[in-house]
Amino acid sequence: MSYANLYEAPGPRGVRRNRLLAGAVLLVLLAVAAVVYVRFDAKDQWAAEKWLPLLRADVWGTFILPGLAGTLGAAVAGVLLAGLFGLVFAVARMSEHRWIRVPAAAVVEFFRSVPLLLLIFFAFFGSYMVIGVNISAFAAVVFGLTLYNGSVIAEIVRAGVQSLPKGQREAAYAVGMRKSQVMRLVLLPQGVRAMLPALVSQFIVLLKDSALGLIVGYDELVDRGLNGIAANFSNVIPAAILIAAIFIAINTSLDRLAHRLGAA
Amino acid sequence: MEALLTERETILAAFWMTIRLTAVSALGSLVLGTLLTAMRVAPLASLRAAASTYVSVARNTPLTLVLLFTGLGVGANLGVELSDDIATNNFWLACIGLTAYTSAFVCEALRSGLNTVPVGQAEAARSLGLGFVRTLRLITLPQAFRAVVAPLGSILIALTKNTTIALVVGVSEASVRMREMIETYGDQVIEIFLGFAAGFVLLCLPMGLLFGWLSRRLAVAR
Repeated sequence: MSYANLYEAPGPRGVRRNRLLAGAVLLVLLAVAAVVYVRFDAKDQWAAEKWLPLLRADVWGTFILPGLAGTLGAAVAGVLLAGLFGLVFAVARMSEHRWIRVPAAAVVEFFRSVPLLLLIFFAFFGSYMVIGVNISAFAAVVFGLTLYNGSVIAEIVRAGVQSLPKGQREAAYAVGMRKSQVMRLVLLPQGVRAMLPALVSQFIVLLKDSALGLIVGYDELVDRGLNGIAANFSNVIPAAILIAAIFIAINTSLDRLAHRLGAA
Repeated sequence: MEALLTERETILAAFWMTIRLTAVSALGSLVLGTLLTAMRVAPLASLRAAASTYVSVARNTPLTLVLLFTGLGVGANLGVELSDDIATNNFWLACIGLTAYTSAFVCEALRSGLNTVPVGQAEAARSLGLGFVRTLRLITLPQAFRAVVAPLGSILIALTKNTTIALVVGVSEASVRMREMIETYGDQVIEIFLGFAAGFVLLCLPMGLLFGWLSRRLAVAR
């Protein structure tokens, strides 16, 4: 979308003024960059020996790739389980039976409003007292991701189904389908499809949230990259920039996918 | 239950920290988010590019990494010191990180709000002789704000929950207290969890209701 309607097409003087302003903006941005550069330089964060390790195969093999595998592992497990949780609770919340609908709504609303970190802490530090075994950091992270994102996904799917024209349901009943068939064969596929972009956005949130794993000592990308690499080469800033770049690359490609799915 | 009762003072102090983090960062993100929105629709290509780069970087980086970067990068390496007191310094660093992250989402919401304002509004403003800044400030942004009250509410609720991650820069808020209490009162894990969860429900539920009511009240009838 263009916002050119917010201003007049500039005339000759306007063009000149805009150029001047553009120059000024550039100068300000450069000045900020320069201050950051100088300050980081004073801490030697631009020194070659802090950046070169990021190019070494053994650094990737020891830290970045295992970290990436940890992040993606938690994210994939989280997406699958949260998707399942979301579908089940979306359907339950749309049930005709009050005794299914009300508890499902309570569960979804509860997990949506509790911070993910509290869920992870509860699972990780409290599991022994509750179920008698200590669960792994991976399990704690996936537990949190599933309940929190699953609840959000349940709401997305429910909104998708409710956005469908009433005729879809009526027609399905008219051809003699049973209640479960109407939901499974007619409403859910269309509802999920209508909500694909929102679902992909939620998966991006989930992927980013998996970085909370480092707080309970799960070996994911931020932990391996920031703590692992920086501990060996004391290059916090280069490592942080690289890790951020990896996340941004993955997430923007998922974002593009969401846009394409939305357009299709 | 008794753990929650004995420790109620420290729990309230932890939640008070959560509330302060939320309030300061919410205010900061509203200001920075509005500024970013104005930049993204400005006549200058360099402003637009700067703002959209910023938004896509901040949106796609995990908040954990943003906050770690604020603590290690801005704090330790840029040498930004906001207070002599370490706890206060960490508080402000956390606010900077949370604001930097949240304002990208405020910007996204506000920009989609601008899309709902009919073209004629800006055209009428221009025909009255208003320039870009005044068109935005007096005509289109106020309408955009009223259109996105509900999404801004969701962002505020997300921010409230996100303040728990401030523990990575050493801010002692609700999640830190909950972890300590689980370790101290191991036999009351479920009560402790439910107590802290209830705290967040109590914070977030009224916000959701308030913003829902506001969004209906402020909706622009077209």
